[in-house]
Amino acid sequence: MGDIYSIWLREMIRYIRARSRVVTSLITPLLWLIIFGSGFSSSLSFGGSGGSTNYINFLAPGILGMTVLFTSIFSGMSVMFDKEFGFLKEILVAPVSRTSIVLGKALGGTTQASIQALLILALSTLIGVKISGPLGLAGALALILVTMFFTGMGFVGLGISIASRLENIEGFQVVANLLVLPIFFLSGAFFPVTSLPDWMKVLVDLNPLAYSVDAMRYAVTGLHTYSIMLDLAVVFGFFVLMTVLGSVLFRNVR
Amino acid sequence: MKAIETKDLVKRFEDVEAVKGINLEIEEGELFGLLGPNGAGKTTTISMLCTIVRPTSGSATIYGHDVRKESDTVRGLIGIVFQDPSLDDNLTGRENLDFHGRLYKVPRGEIAGRINDVLELVELSDKADVIVKKYSGGMKRRLEIARGLLHHPKVLFLDEPTLGLDPQTRRHIWEYIGRLNREKQITMILTTHYMDEADQLCDRIAIVDHGKIVAMDTPDNLKHDVGGDVVIMTVPNGGEQLKAKLEQLEVVKSTQLVDSTLRLSVDKGETAIPIFMDVARQEGIAVPSISLHEPTLEDIFIKYTGREIRAQEAAGGFAGHGPGRR
Repeated sequence: MGDIYSIWLREMIRYIRARSRVVTSLITPLLWLIIFGSGFSSSLSFGGSGGSTNYINFLAPGILGMTVLFTSIFSGMSVMFDKEFGFLKEILVAPVSRTSIVLGKALGGTTQASIQALLILALSTLIGVKISGPLGLAGALALILVTMFFTGMGFVGLGISIASRLENIEGFQVVANLLVLPIFFLSGAFFPVTSLPDWMKVLVDLNPLAYSVDAMRYAVTGLHTYSIMLDLAVVFGFFVLMTVLGSVLFRNVR
Repeated sequence: MKAIETKDLVKRFEDVEAVKGINLEIEEGELFGLLGPNGAGKTTTISMLCTIVRPTSGSATIYGHDVRKESDTVRGLIGIVFQDPSLDDNLTGRENLDFHGRLYKVPRGEIAGRINDVLELVELSDKADVIVKKYSGGMKRRLEIARGLLHHPKVLFLDEPTLGLDPQTRRHIWEYIGRLNREKQITMILTTHYMDEADQLCDRIAIVDHGKIVAMDTPDNLKHDVGGDVVIMTVPNGGEQLKAKLEQLEVVKSTQLVDSTLRLSVDKGETAIPIFMDVARQEGIAVPSISLHEPTLEDIFIKYTGREIRAQEAAGGFAGHGPGRR
């Protein structure tokens, strides 16, 4: 436990110290939300099981998912930076288990992702997003937090897995971009996934972020594609799988 | 019990045998140097002792603990100052030390005091709360040494501790290392390709070349081995011929010719030089310069390897310091 906390603490000190990066990384998701959300809201409304809503309310949970996805997968990249700048050796020769290192890193990345996403959520209510789901405000926040936690842990684990297999930062960016954009686009963040062509529906069904966005969308609007239990089961399973994968692959890092 | 003991330690990387059977016995409190050119296998050797690299065969123990089977115990006993920087630039000096203390389970009640102690030791107390990014190269090195000592290791490994530092900072770091070794009785192993570093600091030296130890003794004994004085003659042409002639003289104990530099070990340099000049004149070989000095480790290195360490360094420079290795 102590080791996990130490690793987490370092990640958090670095995060707090990079304040300008924190602010700039809020700008992209907010632009998506304001421009796409307001643009389409003026002419469209979306329905699904659970009623219908304004497009900006529909989009907001997707943007939360996107924030968690980007922040956490790229925080897995910090393994890469540690390797590049030599600090990883300091961690690797310490009497600390590899699993503690992975869990500490994952918790650090997830904490950062959650802070980012909650800031986005708070700012989005200022531009008209309303939390009107059946769970009420407290219930909605609780469901969003739980979903974000497992989603974040899962994607940091994925980031660490990729970083463990690669030699340099350039390679990581290629792989991450090849993965991150399709995961984001095929998560139902922008559009309902109920009446998609079959080939696309299959890809969405295989995408863990789709379940994460679905759960958060239920919390915000009441709309959902899958059952909430399925959503939570998938994000939890994803978290377990990626943590194990990350720990196994990280063990071979030199 | 020996602080460090290795038996026939071997490391093979795919097709290269980097370390070809190293045998060491290092006593508690000793300051031991591994001296050799880049690529000789020094870093690989200490990486095995530090549990970072797994030996292909042979054994190594730190205070009786096997580096392979008891790597966690070994990690708690040792401190390491890596060749390449390994600090978190975005943390302050104090935060770097605090993180290290946590990982090495330094009791929380003691940590603040110990951090202040080691910072004072390397004279960084006033920079403790500055972000490491703003440190100079020498300050970073000193912080790394401080960090290596924080958890009170029994053995401290220093891999090229003064690589890339200016002469003044190097001497400063030598002072710290020497003082720590004397005052705290910490066993230290350092690798270096600087002759003067090994000479100044180490109780004993092992000269490593192509993955093997070619000589091991105290610097004085090694130098004594070469004996007397060393005469260095510059011979642009006819070096081989002159070498052959001089070798027949009784006063000459050994000779080495590297490019146009001829080195001769003699008992009394002052009396040998006029004789050498006479021979050169008889043979009609021009000797633009001649000098006399007491033997240095450089001479010993040449004696055992037939090469100058600096020439090696120039040839291996790119592989050793390219960005790919960092």
